[in-house]
Amino acid sequence: MTKFEYAPAPESTTIVDIKSEYGLFINGKFVAAKGGKTFLTINPATEKTLAKISYASNSDVDKAVAAATDAFKKVWSKTSPSERGKYLYRIARILQERAREFAVLESMDNGKPIKETRDVDIPLAAAHFFYHAGWADKLDHAGLGLNAKPHGVVGQIIPWNFPLLMLSWKIAPALATGNTVVLKPAETTPLTALLFAEVCQQAGLPEGVVNIITGDGATGAYLVNHPGIAKIAFTGSTEVGKGIARAISGTSKALTLELGGKGANIVYDDAAIDEAVEGIVSGIFFNQGHVCCAGSRLLLQENVAEEVTEKLKKRMALIRVGDPLDKNTDLGAINSKAQLEKIQELSAAGDAEGAQRWSPECVLPGTGFWFKPTIFSGVTQAHRIAQEEIFGPVLSIITFRTPQEAIEKANNTPFGLSAGIWTDKGSKILWSAQRLKAGVIWANTFNKFDPASPFGGYKESGWGREGGRHGLSAYVKVAK
Amino acid sequence: MQKISEELVQSEASLKQFLRTLPPVDQVGAESRTAYLATRSIKNSSKNFAIDLAIRMVDLTTLEGSDTPGKIRALCNKAVRPDPTDSTVPHVGAVCVYNDMVSIARAHLDSIGGHDVPVAAVSTAFPSGRASQEVKIRDTQDALDAGASEIDMVIDRGAFLSGRYGEVFEEIKLIKELCGEKAHLKVIFETGELVTYDNVRKASYLAMLAGADFIKTSTGKVAPAATAPVVLVMLEAVRDFYSMTGRRIGVKPAGGIRTTKDAIKQLVLVNETAGEEWLTPSLFRIGASALLNDLLMQRMKMRDGHYSSSNYVTLD
Repeated sequence: MTKFEYAPAPESTTIVDIKSEYGLFINGKFVAAKGGKTFLTINPATEKTLAKISYASNSDVDKAVAAATDAFKKVWSKTSPSERGKYLYRIARILQERAREFAVLESMDNGKPIKETRDVDIPLAAAHFFYHAGWADKLDHAGLGLNAKPHGVVGQIIPWNFPLLMLSWKIAPALATGNTVVLKPAETTPLTALLFAEVCQQAGLPEGVVNIITGDGATGAYLVNHPGIAKIAFTGSTEVGKGIARAISGTSKALTLELGGKGANIVYDDAAIDEAVEGIVSGIFFNQGHVCCAGSRLLLQENVAEEVTEKLKKRMALIRVGDPLDKNTDLGAINSKAQLEKIQELSAAGDAEGAQRWSPECVLPGTGFWFKPTIFSGVTQAHRIAQEEIFGPVLSIITFRTPQEAIEKANNTPFGLSAGIWTDKGSKILWSAQRLKAGVIWANTFNKFDPASPFGGYKESGWGREGGRHGLSAYVKVAK
Repeated sequence: MQKISEELVQSEASLKQFLRTLPPVDQVGAESRTAYLATRSIKNSSKNFAIDLAIRMVDLTTLEGSDTPGKIRALCNKAVRPDPTDSTVPHVGAVCVYNDMVSIARAHLDSIGGHDVPVAAVSTAFPSGRASQEVKIRDTQDALDAGASEIDMVIDRGAFLSGRYGEVFEEIKLIKELCGEKAHLKVIFETGELVTYDNVRKASYLAMLAGADFIKTSTGKVAPAATAPVVLVMLEAVRDFYSMTGRRIGVKPAGGIRTTKDAIKQLVLVNETAGEEWLTPSLFRIGASALLNDLLMQRMKMRDGHYSSSNYVTLD
């Protein structure tokens, strides 16, 4: 070796035991799907099949809802709040104990770097269970109103970008408030949800309180329309979210939606530039940009645009793209072929519309789904890449001249999930935050999450909040 | 960022004005960046490479009131031949001693074939810097006359903290002129006394503008010393100064770096901040005393596949 290169440092996969085939988790047991229909889940970094997954038919969904209904009526609604809390604490501890197993499995099924599953996804998932375990017997003090009652059976549909973490965002508050659950993980990332089913068994959670059914969009649609469901919680695309809102209108079902975004990351000229560059990188390249709250629009004040862009390029050249299981990998695989094609299509639109594309030199692996970290400069509001969610490692750089213009451009989108503000002036942070129409606003940081902090969107980014006391209120009915 | 011009350093007012235009450092961001880089996993061939590189970068140091000629000679032996059983171990970057020990160190190094190992002297009323300029000049001249080829000077932190940047600047410039072609100048900030990262950034530019060849974190007498975020800020400064002027300034963290793990984290910081051009003893040094033995122990472990007791590593 003549220069300082990082030798491969792969995390061992021996800790995970992936079965060749998985059933549906209904009423505390793994059962085969009716009709025996299955689909495959693959490792997006290698395109190798990981396991055969059962496809839940309508009658399987019926069974799962029936099990959840039964468990709600006979067991869970009669379980004392402190007992509910105990189960949640137990689940949280098991998640911590089996953290490495979950981290490796998540990385294999999703394609995200082991560094992120190890340091972000799994610790945060456990934190959500710990946080909500504490609330279970203190709901009267959560400011939810008097006599807050659970809805009953909640149907939950989660995306593929943070599989276990989104599961915990959904299941932890539902159980803490006394609901039972039928959850459908995403088609391309079911494995950690199925491992979580094992955790429920290990924790001795009463049968039927958590049911996990695997399938595709049709399975989800049937679940949404099921008359036995009292509340729907969905995280995913705005398009599907709109469909769900239409489907349940006129019913008594409660609904929370956590949808897409096109977050504006605003860098003022008085920002701490080096740290802002780090924030830009983590804002768009964290989790391959598969983040609904990603800072996918970089709004740069014109008088520092050149300097920041140059520094950003130098920094991007250091991003290590490759084997998600290597502990030094910063950017992993794109989750699926379909997603890769979507990213390619929108990037091509950026080229066609005249924005300037730039990516650092990097060698992408031969198999699997990959996309280089990419920036587009010279983007204007009228470009598709300034408006549409790409959901990949692609950043659109837009410039502005004054703070007023920054806010106008930031808000000029049908979305309203996240925004970032970079300035050393506290007064400018407050001024900007008051004017930004976004559910979560970070100042001098980006993509930081905490179970105590509510998360959710304005406009087409969704309804309702998850996390914190606000998130709890979505899982209870309050007598008016 | 503005370009460096001659007028910039003409007056204290213009210097102050320039320092004020430097972008601020966000403490939380700088600390989280170094925490992220600390998770890099350096194994096998990269660890072997890093250990030898770190050995070549060590400024093997003794700065004690109890230093004697015997102690200095032992240190020099160790510097030239860190592991007597293994001739593939490179010599260290330099030995670093007090002024009165410089001639002893130089003579002994030369007598054992250590011509390539420079002697660094700590100067300008080290470690506090609290003396008149006359004394500081005399102190430095003394070290140079004794054969020091590297001068580690301390800045006047009192002057810096009270905003008398011009004084700090002039003093560095003066010592640099004294060093001339004879010696490299390292400028010590004592970052544990400057406290904020903004101050570290300002001090870095002040020293670089005044002609420092190296900027150095600490004397080793004040804690905290070479913390990762402080080194990050200094590496950013030399990187950006290079883009402005085309001149590469070295960085020397000193104090608190005791283990191979710590040293490798420093190398990762260099690699991913200033860049691989800085991964050479002429641009990066680590001021340490205990570190060398840990590096040697890890080196043996990599070679033999198991750890040996500390009895297999020589005292210095």
